[in-house]
Amino acid sequence: MSNTGIIYGVNGPVIYLKGDSGFKISEMVYVGPEHLVGEIIGLKKGMTTVQVFEETTGLKPGDTVTGTGDAISVLLGPGIIHNIFDGIQRPLEEIAKASGKYISRGVSVDSLDTEKRWNTHITVKEGDVVGPGSVIAETQETDSILHKSMVPPNLTEATVIHAASDGAYTILEPIVTIQFTDGTTKDLALAQKWPIRIPRPTHKRFPASVPLVTGQRILDTLFPIAKGGTAAVPGGFGTGKTMTQHQIAKWSDADIIIYIGCGERGNEMTQVLEDFSKLIDPKSGNLMMDRTTLIANTSNMPVAAREASIYTGVTLAEYYRDMGYDVAIMADSTSRWAEALRELSGRLEEMPAEEGFPAYLASKLSAFYERAGMMQNLNGTEGSVSIIGAVSPQGGDFSEPVTQNTKRFVRCFWGLDKSLAYARHFPAIHWLTSYSEYLEDLTPWYREHVSPKFVADRNQLMAILNQESSLMEIVKLIGSDVLPDDQKLTLEIARVIRLGFLQQNAFHAEDTCVPMEKQFKMMEIILYLYEKCRALINRGMPVSVLKEGNNIFEKIISIKYDVANNQLDKFDQYKQDIDTFYDNIMKKNG
Amino acid sequence: MAIEYLGLSEINGPLVVLEGVKNASYEEIVEFHMDDGTRKIGRIIEIYEDKAVIQVFEGTDGMSLGNTHTRLTGRPMEIGLSPEILGRTFNGIGQPIDGLGDITPDVKLNINGLPLNPVAREYPRNYINTGISAIDGLTTLIRGQKLPIFSGNGLPHDKLAAQIVQQASLGEDSDEDFAIVFAAMGVKYDVAEFFRRTFEESGAADHVVMFLNLANDPVVERLLTPKIALTAAEYLAFEKGMHILVILTDITSFCEAMREVSSSKGEIPSRKGYPGYLYSELATLYERAGIVKGKPGSVTQIPILTMPNDDITHPIPDLTGYITEGQIVLDRQLHGQAIYPPINVLPSLSRLMKDGIGEGYTRADHQDVANQLFSCYAKVGDARALASVIGEDELSPLDKRYLVFGKAFESEFVGQSETENRSITETLDKGWELLGLLPKEELDRIDTKILDKYYHETVR
Repeated sequence: MSNTGIIYGVNGPVIYLKGDSGFKISEMVYVGPEHLVGEIIGLKKGMTTVQVFEETTGLKPGDTVTGTGDAISVLLGPGIIHNIFDGIQRPLEEIAKASGKYISRGVSVDSLDTEKRWNTHITVKEGDVVGPGSVIAETQETDSILHKSMVPPNLTEATVIHAASDGAYTILEPIVTIQFTDGTTKDLALAQKWPIRIPRPTHKRFPASVPLVTGQRILDTLFPIAKGGTAAVPGGFGTGKTMTQHQIAKWSDADIIIYIGCGERGNEMTQVLEDFSKLIDPKSGNLMMDRTTLIANTSNMPVAAREASIYTGVTLAEYYRDMGYDVAIMADSTSRWAEALRELSGRLEEMPAEEGFPAYLASKLSAFYERAGMMQNLNGTEGSVSIIGAVSPQGGDFSEPVTQNTKRFVRCFWGLDKSLAYARHFPAIHWLTSYSEYLEDLTPWYREHVSPKFVADRNQLMAILNQESSLMEIVKLIGSDVLPDDQKLTLEIARVIRLGFLQQNAFHAEDTCVPMEKQFKMMEIILYLYEKCRALINRGMPVSVLKEGNNIFEKIISIKYDVANNQLDKFDQYKQDIDTFYDNIMKKNG
Repeated sequence: MAIEYLGLSEINGPLVVLEGVKNASYEEIVEFHMDDGTRKIGRIIEIYEDKAVIQVFEGTDGMSLGNTHTRLTGRPMEIGLSPEILGRTFNGIGQPIDGLGDITPDVKLNINGLPLNPVAREYPRNYINTGISAIDGLTTLIRGQKLPIFSGNGLPHDKLAAQIVQQASLGEDSDEDFAIVFAAMGVKYDVAEFFRRTFEESGAADHVVMFLNLANDPVVERLLTPKIALTAAEYLAFEKGMHILVILTDITSFCEAMREVSSSKGEIPSRKGYPGYLYSELATLYERAGIVKGKPGSVTQIPILTMPNDDITHPIPDLTGYITEGQIVLDRQLHGQAIYPPINVLPSLSRLMKDGIGEGYTRADHQDVANQLFSCYAKVGDARALASVIGEDELSPLDKRYLVFGKAFESEFVGQSETENRSITETLDKGWELLGLLPKEELDRIDTKILDKYYHETVR
């Protein structure tokens, strides 16, 4: 029962069909003789609007459009991890095989390899009662990931009437047959389909309680994100959005990373692909790529597929969450996605709201971010989807609509700062504009897993940084010489925090990822230094005396390079050094 | 095949509307013949059943609703290419204007190109020595990169681009496989002439392909010029294995042309009247730089854009910066101090630099020196701001040293002569010499081992 329609008009990626075609909204269609993939986005009496995910050059009025009967959806099964797809889940490697170095139009490739036989362990037997989400089979998808095939969440409870034995199966071969209470039966395979615009159902949502540890000091210590949380990374060009996303994708303790390159540079995706195929995931000892899926819809690829790409990504993430994994999504960048919305909205001649963006920008953004969360899945397992979205504000101005609307729906805001980036202070996340609402939720976790003092220390660090910023106002006017010594010390310690703690070198083998424990110890040692110095200042010694000779401040700053991540006992030595430093000064001047 | 349609139903700026057409396809090229014998070409940009909206490249002057014959070609815009194009000059839509006759094409290629598959790309890593310290040292140009020059009217961006071309391509490692594709969009005659003369004087004229759409040429042609130039560049790079440097000037005129057409189409404007698809359009140009796996050639782009009112947050530089792999920003204040090239290094950036420098490429200390220079120069700004409030005399001794460093950095590191071609070692040594003006403990971005090896205090 495939419906067909006839093209009436073409305007960029939007085409119009005349007459009542019988298509459904969101239905996937094939357009023209080359079978370009499209989606129904508007239905009026006598007029159907279609957005086409490929270049529309050469389409003519009179060409036919064929419906598929299904909403635009993704194929979920083994083979997703360690793969690179475009915005509508077409594997780029296969496209390259079919059409060469350029992506030509109407390439018909399967989303997943349908011929590969996977070694499968069937986990149900005849007579078992299964419900939505029940695991029916397990496959070792990559060295890191055990893939669990499940009963699709939209089915009801049923009884297994046939189960194949363990063996090698392709993703579409029926392996289990189930019978519903009304007597109808259904064959299940390793793979299933799910429409990208509909969130996969879950049982219930948990409040945030566990941090997504990223190994980045400014994030983990100052502005943590929870597993199942949402964060926005806004920043002008060159401030390090992509770098921040790469670092989190590489080092965070999520089980699976979905990296969405939405309207970004081609070379960047190539770099991720090259890097991740070489880097070793410290947690599992396997390749990074073994836990990563890339979705690349670069800026020169068709705009409608860019709009779809983030939904494709989040649907893949939800699927793995349903298996009980912690999944983190990097969406780089949501502004490009918003611009794709704007572009399509303009072609549809909709009434624009702020800066030409459609009025539904906010509701679309919120619907996307709300798909994140720590969930109890239908099958009883727990998993999470965390979303970290880069925002590229126009002109680096955070008051523009995408940043402002995103801010309303995320609980973590990592504001990148141009002046920090100019001074090559990386990560250029500004400690005064950023915030995390998760800190309170995560306090019990820090208390239990890191140290009871952790949050108090963190707050002290923030207080020093805030004092520094107000002191700097004065320094800018009259210079630092006139400040009293205790304030000079605040500036000196704030400098140690900025250079020795906040600044982190992504290209340094030890410094690129730092475990929680070392982060805490570094913080402790800096505060210990502060305490001792303050004691000296209170005894009337000037800051210049503290900086004489073997400079202890510089020594603390370079802890990040000098103490390897597995030699944390070295910190005792530093503590002694500070004590000696204190005693020496007391002896000399006291 | 050739059905001719007589007459038009509407003419509006560069757009005409033709009704009653059969079998027209989107983006198809059409030919117009006027009664007086003139010919023009146009492109279908919208179709509704039998009504086509056509963009006329040479402008609609002389067309009337009655006198025009229109013929569909059945093809999208194509350009015929062969190695003969080297050394030739074409107009904005790829027709020869140097009086040497037509070329015999080997292939005909669609000028829109196709997106390069990210898995077929090779990540660019080979650096290009431009001989300009501010670029080599701090914003290194990599083969296959797209690195625009953000400039303003009256700043020497043309001179800089010409110097890069001369020193990068025609230096010692010059070889036969190098060529320049030059595309001018709406630039003044003098500018085009300056480039032509420069290429000629440096003896590179037979390795240059020029596509010229000058300021007085039809505006709509400008929309095609960069696409044609890039198609030629891709052909030479990926079919003929050459290393191509593409200079596109001025991107601002290209965007203005897009806005003009968009407004006559009656589209909904987004920022500053530019159409919503400005980002996508720019991306389809810039993303055509790169290296393809298994092919010897490369396309490196140096687009030049003049920032309206020197405003880097204007949509054109802003969107460009989000697509390109960095930018070189020219500064009016430095220019005013007679520093050439007036590159403001702080907002300048090369994203591909980190993987193309250091041990095995340039020198092990390169990244650290660059970071340290950036960081110190950023502090110079603070010291200057303070000096302007309390006076230079009241500054602390350290701040005074920063002022000395800042001045020396601008005049000696950034500043150089138009013909000076510095090697990377000279550039880095110069960097160390300047860092030597500051006390060692101020240098907090450098690995201790490297610092001990290279640091020596400079006394002046």
